[in-house]
This record gives sequence, C-alpha cells and structure tokens, in this order.
Amino acid sequence: MNEAYRKKRSKFGEVVRRLKKNKAAVFSVFVLIIIVLVGIFADYLAPYPYDQQNYSLSFAKPSPEHWLGCDQLGRDILSRLIYATRQSLQLGILATAIAGILGITLGCIAGYYGGWVDMVIMRFLDIYQSIPMFLLCVTLAAVMGPSLRNAVLAIGISTVPLPARLMRASILTVRNQEFIEAARMCNASNRRIILKHIIPNAIAPVIVSITMTVGMNILAGASLSYIGLGAQPPIPEWGTMVADARNIMRDHAILALYPGLCIMITVLACNLLGDGLRDALDPRLKN
Amino acid sequence: MPPLLEVKNLKKYFNTKGGMLHAVDDISFTLDAGKTLGVVGESGCGKTTLGRTILHLLDVTSGQILFEGKDITYPKKKELMKLREDMQIIFQDPYSSLDPRQSVKETIMEPLLIQGKLSKAECEKKAKELMDTVGLAARFENAYPHELDGGRRQRIGIARALALGPKFIVCDEPVSALDVSIQAQIINLLLDLQESLGIAYMFVTHDLSVVKYISNDIMVMYLGQMVEKASSDELFANPIHPYTQALLSAIPIPDIHNKTKRIILKGELTSPINPKPGCRFRPRCIYATEECEQPQVLTEPLPNHFVACCKCSELLNNRRNTQ
Amino acid sequence: MPDNVLEIRDLVVEYHTDDAHIYAVNGVSLNVKKGETIGLVGETGAGKTTIAKSILRILQSPPAKICSGSIMFDGADLMKLSEKEMQHIRGNKIAMIFQDPMTALNPIETVGFQIEEAIRLHNKISRVEAVRRACEMLEMVGIPAERYKEYPHQFSGGMKQRVVIAMALACKPMLLLADEPTTALDVTIQAQVLEMMNDLKTKLNTSVILITHDLGVVANMCDSVAVVYAGEIVEYGTAEDIFDRTAHPYTVGLFNSLPRLNTTERRLKPIKGLMLDPTIKPPGCRFSDRCPEATEKCCKQPPPDVEVSPGHIVKCWLRGGSN
Repeated sequence: MNEAYRKKRSKFGEVVRRLKKNKAAVFSVFVLIIIVLVGIFADYLAPYPYDQQNYSLSFAKPSPEHWLGCDQLGRDILSRLIYATRQSLQLGILATAIAGILGITLGCIAGYYGGWVDMVIMRFLDIYQSIPMFLLCVTLAAVMGPSLRNAVLAIGISTVPLPARLMRASILTVRNQEFIEAARMCNASNRRIILKHIIPNAIAPVIVSITMTVGMNILAGASLSYIGLGAQPPIPEWGTMVADARNIMRDHAILALYPGLCIMITVLACNLLGDGLRDALDPRLKN
Repeated sequence: MPPLLEVKNLKKYFNTKGGMLHAVDDISFTLDAGKTLGVVGESGCGKTTLGRTILHLLDVTSGQILFEGKDITYPKKKELMKLREDMQIIFQDPYSSLDPRQSVKETIMEPLLIQGKLSKAECEKKAKELMDTVGLAARFENAYPHELDGGRRQRIGIARALALGPKFIVCDEPVSALDVSIQAQIINLLLDLQESLGIAYMFVTHDLSVVKYISNDIMVMYLGQMVEKASSDELFANPIHPYTQALLSAIPIPDIHNKTKRIILKGELTSPINPKPGCRFRPRCIYATEECEQPQVLTEPLPNHFVACCKCSELLNNRRNTQ
Repeated sequence: MPDNVLEIRDLVVEYHTDDAHIYAVNGVSLNVKKGETIGLVGETGAGKTTIAKSILRILQSPPAKICSGSIMFDGADLMKLSEKEMQHIRGNKIAMIFQDPMTALNPIETVGFQIEEAIRLHNKISRVEAVRRACEMLEMVGIPAERYKEYPHQFSGGMKQRVVIAMALACKPMLLLADEPTTALDVTIQAQVLEMMNDLKTKLNTSVILITHDLGVVANMCDSVAVVYAGEIVEYGTAEDIFDRTAHPYTVGLFNSLPRLNTTERRLKPIKGLMLDPTIKPPGCRFSDRCPEATEKCCKQPPPDVEVSPGHIVKCWLRGGSN
C-alpha cells in the first residue's frame, strides 16, 4: 500500500481505473462510443443515402443489399438508422449540455451565496418547472418554426431545474464542511473556493444524473419528433422513424421496432454508465 | 509591549427565528506571545464561535480585537489577508476539515500558493519541510485524506495551519475526535511546536484534563459568558464559581481510589436565545438567590483569578472555614 | 457456573469484503457475572462494538461473519438459536444502548409510546398496564411522566439518552450492552447519566457490559475490566487489578497517554505508532510492533493467557513468570 503513495496518480486516471472494475459500465462506454462514431461517420458507413426512394422495394425483406430491409417508401432502413443516430444524439447530448451548463451554474450560485440570491433563483425554477415541457416546445416551435434546433433548445431549457436543484443540494452539504472554512483561512477567493473545493466535491451526483438525462432527453426528443416538432422529414431521427411507422404498425411492426431498439439501447447504456460513474467518482470507495 | 492578542468586550449575536442568540457575550481577555489560553465549556457555550469570531470567519457584533496592539476588529480585505498569515486555526474534525479531493501535498501547499510569494517548486519544498515538522512521512505526499487515519489527518491540518508562519493559532478541539494514544501524540506535537516556534494557542475544548495539561491560563465559559478565568494550576486547585466546581468534579478520573464527592448538577443548559439579565447559571446553581438575578460583574477575589459571581466572596469564606 | 449470566468462548468475527479480510475479533472469551458491570475498554477499531453486536447477532452479514465461538446465555448458545428465538431475547433479556441516542429513537412517535411499545412487544399485558410501566420507567430515569406525550426532538441530548436507557431497561433485561452511552454527552450531563445508571444497576441487579474508550468512566462504573486491542482481550481483571496492578504493556501505554490532572510533567508518553492494520494476521503478539518491551519471541509466537494473580489474566509473554 505504501508503495502506491510514491507515485502521483492523476484524479481522472483514478476514476477511469475504478470505472473499469464495473463491467456493465465498461460495456456501456463501448456501446456509446460505437453509437457516437456511427453518428459522426454516417456519411461513410451508410450504404445508401437516407432519402433515396425506390418504390419497387417497399417493405422489402432483409437481403444482402438491404440488411434490414426497406420501409414503405423503399428507403434502406439501415442507412436511415445510421443517419438518424446523428439527430438523436444531438437531441440527447446538446440538450443535456444546455441543461447541464445552465443548471450547474444556477445551482452553484444559489447554493454558495444562499440568502436572497438563493430565494430568487429557486422560486424562478419553481415557476419554471410548472410549465409543461411540451407546451414550451410547442410555443418555441410556433414562434421559430419546428426544427431539430428548436427541439434541442426546448428540451435543454425545460430540463434546467433538475441539475440546478441537485447541484444546489449537493453544494449545501459541502459548503458547511470545515474544509471550506479552512480554505477561507488560506485566503482563498470565492472563485477559488467554488471552483477548486466546492464544485469538485459537489459535482459527482450531478454528473451521474446528467449522464442519465442524456438517455431521457433522447426519449424526449423522440417524442417531440414523433408529434412532428423535432427533426423534420425527410431527415431521419429515431423518434420520427417510429412515428412514420405508426400507421402501418399492425402489419409491419418491425419498422417501429428497429428505431425503438436503438433508442432503448442508447438510453440503457447511458443509465448503466451513470450508475458506474456514481461509484467511480466517490474517492472514499477507492482502494 | 502590548500583548499579542487582546479581546475587549467581544460580542457575537446570531439573529435566529426564536430571537437573538447570544453566542458570545461580552468576553475580554489577553494572550501573550508563546502562551496558551484554554477555553473550556460544554457544547453550546460559544467557545467555538469565540474562536471563529476572533479569526474573522464570523463578523463581530460589537467589541474590539487588538492584535499586536493594532485594532483588527473590522479589517479591510488587504488587512484580513495579511492577518491570516499571523492567525490560523486547527479544526476539530480531521475528516471534514480536509478536502477529500486534494492530496496531502496539495492541501499543505494551498495557503503558500495563494500567498504567491514562492514559486511552485519552492512551495513544494516548503510543503515537504512542513510535513517533516509535523511528523508526516514523505511517502504520504500524494496520499488522499481518506487513506490516512485520524492522527495523520490531524497532522495535515496542523501543517496547513503552520504553512504561513502564524503567531497565533486557534485550536478548536483538535484532539477530541482522536483515540487516547493518538491524542497524546498530537498534544505532544503541539507542545513541541509551541516551544520551537513560539506560537500562542487558544485551545478550545470540553476535555478538562487535556486543557489543564496544555494551558497557562484557563477561561471557563457558560452560555456565551466568561464565568471564571485563572491560571491553570490556580483554577484546578481553587475553583470558585459554582459552575467551575461542578464541571471539575464531573470529570471522570481514571483512578478507582479517587473518592471526591461529585457535584451532580441538576437540569441542563438553558437557551442562549434572548437570555434574561443576571447569572445564566442561576437555574442550575445550588447557591442561587434573588441577588443572582442582577447582572454579574467580573471580580478579582484572588490575584489574577477572575470570577463572575456575586456570591464569590461568600463561597471563598465558606471554603476557608471548612478547610 | 450458575452465577455467570453470559459466557463468551473463543469468539472469532471477520469481515469479508471484495478486497480484504478484516480480522475484527480474534478469539475472545469473556464471562459476565450476575449484577456485575464489566468494562470493555479499547480504542476505535479494536472490535468492542463487534463483540457486543455478535452477542445480539445484529452484525450486518455480509460483510461480517461469525467464524467460530459460542455465546452461552440463559442456558442456551446464542449462536445456535433460530432468528425467532433471538427476537425473543433481543430487547427483552438482553438490551443494547447505542452511542447516538437519536438513531435509537423514532422521531415521529412520542417517547412514551416508544417505551410502551417496547414493553408490549415482549409482555402480554394490557395497554393501560404498559402505559403505567412506561411512566414508571420514565420517572426512574429522572424524566417527569408528564413528558410522556412529547417527541424526541423536544428533548436535549442527555434527556434522549435517558429515554433510550428507560427503553432498554423497560423489560428488565438480565444483561445490558451499553456502547459508549455517554460519549456524545457533555461532562456535567455525563456525570448525571452515569450516576443514574449506577443507581439503576443496583436497583435492578442487571449485568452491564459497558463499552468505552474512557478509562475515567470505567473507574467510576466498573467492577471488572477487559482491555481490548486489535480484536483480542489483552488484559482482564477486577478494576483494582487493572488500575493498581496494571500488567499488559498496552494498558500501561494507555494510562501513560492520558493527560492527568495531578501531574507536573510537561510531556505525555504516548504509545508509539498506530493500531495494527486489521487485515494483517501477525504470527506473534498483535501489540509487538508498538510494544516498548517486545522481544523476538513476542514477534514470532502468539502470547499465552497468563494468570498473574487469581482472576487477573494478561495476554503477554513477558508477564509469564515460569511460562
């Protein structure tokens, strides 16, 4: 054990090392990396353009040319799934990033300064949370027209309260610990205390929850697309693909199943990774 | 030469839902360089608040604090930064007083880095010297607090407090979370440091045997007020205030032949919120009469022995008669 | 031996986690006589609480595992009883008090109701009768029965601990396990609670195992003492044996670590080093790495239990005489 002290270990390296012990989390990371790569290199991976129609191939069964078959318009399903990854991930990741950055900042300010600042921010979030997300999204779409970008914005903005509240609660527990007073005794500025001492100790639960939110937001994006407020046809998105299949679900359930599976796998991977991170980020569990 | 630290009529009130909480109420004392003042009292007596207020971790409600003759009651930002180089604190809880995400070295280096007088390499060198001073082996420099036991953690806290070369340290129950054998190691370390560096301590604790051991003077607090103050030996030999007497007799002494009569106090601490004038110990005191409802004045019945009790001459006479 | 309430033989408890085997209790044998208070003294991590929890079989398992040993109580081996039979013993014949009274009280029930419930759980009596007994218990621990209908948060720390004690004694147990019952309390309150416990003990003739790290408390309360170090009882004897004829080097070290009120020495003599890493199973004496008198034999062979005088047992090679 003493041997280990001589070597300086980076904190990030520690987290990775501990994450590696969790098989489900490692597997999720692989799955997510593959999904992200598929999204990035969709142009090269997809055998056909996503909007190439061929009515002679309507509802074609899987074949060597079309591995997963074709949809009602004779478009290659595999290609559409691959291109859809891009839109869906954007919905999930960008929306979460917006929510995360805004939420963490608001939560930090509310938690650290307390008093009336805290009061104002929290009441604002209360009011905010009482507006239904779909309503907000419909309004945004009505003002700016339905598009993927607006869906991202709508989801991002409407999920701000969650990380904000978590961050605030987490900071409140850290803020009253003696090491914060100790830092003040070292003449540390508010900025340094927040950035160096409070956030690193308070952020773990927020990161975990944000990881899981990515999955939730992909789902939310899918629902928005499903009602026509997200990605616009002919650009494919998992949610829109399910939506397109809804009229023919009875006879061709498989068309809804493929994008549905994609959504499920991605969301599951996000959740498993979040679970793994929860354990890996706690230094007290380190051994 | 003025004393190192002089506190005059210091008050710290908190505005709570129930009313004004008199956490520190009219405390005055002086402390010379290289000496130790023990502050004793039970939980809720304001001893921790007193330390925090002197260090400006809490704002002063009223009163005056002088450090080396200079008024530092309401310091400007620059003055406060300078002041933190001279006044430091060692915390009670070696678990929560260290950032769990900072290694030993990072923790000790932090005040030096913020001070900005030394380069990073020099800071690291200084941190290693400090580790050596407090008896932490160099191999722990990259360890994290949770990997170490309570005694070593407390040594980290001490090294951090020493980093800027303070003249005065508030020790806020630094050993009460430690086991006896480790506690003794830390007390010895604090005594060694005082001898070699000439630091003055304000040693806040509820453990009377420790405070007797380490302090030159002892101040006993009850509900925010000073009830008695004397030199360590004098206080233990000659406690006058009824509360001090009860407190001293309540210490469990590790000796089965010690058959001194315990004074068992009735009741528990009353609330420090909006206290009535008069002696705050009155509801639990066996000597209490109507006289005690008047505000108590600090008197000096014996040389350098201060008591805030209107019955003190009576109590002294009683004792002389029985002896 | 009809006068023994409890007999522990060769108790071994280990904690098995993913990466380590922790040897918490390593072959402890202990007798508790009727009406006797026995002190289990030792530092954090010595295994005191694990012993107490083993008696009640309330260790969380996994990770804890009782590997071997027998605990005879009331004519039965507790290790062999079914869970249902244990439930009849827990709280009824053996009761336990924990350090933090708050965790033992349900915050949303009145204190009276909680005592009443404890009584009715183990006795088939009417509600009215149970209420009467609960009131009696409250009065017995010095709380007026009018406070029957109050909630735990309306009580101070000392009062809460009294309620917990009342609850524990409500069923007139034969054995009371008190795990640091006064550590969280202030000295004057501690004195009150200890005196009350002493009174109750003589009144009810309950045997008590008092777990503490405070030798002062032991001196005030205990008839006999077992000193625990690294999961072993290193010294056992009457209070006089332990305090006046201290034999084991660890016990000697403990006493030397204590700041005394009646000494003029400027330095304490702490035990050097730290408590043995509980994941290690050394071939010899577990204290040998810290022992100032350790010989080669101490490091290589486990020390025997030596009876230095009748009833005074020391686990040490150096106190063996002819051994």
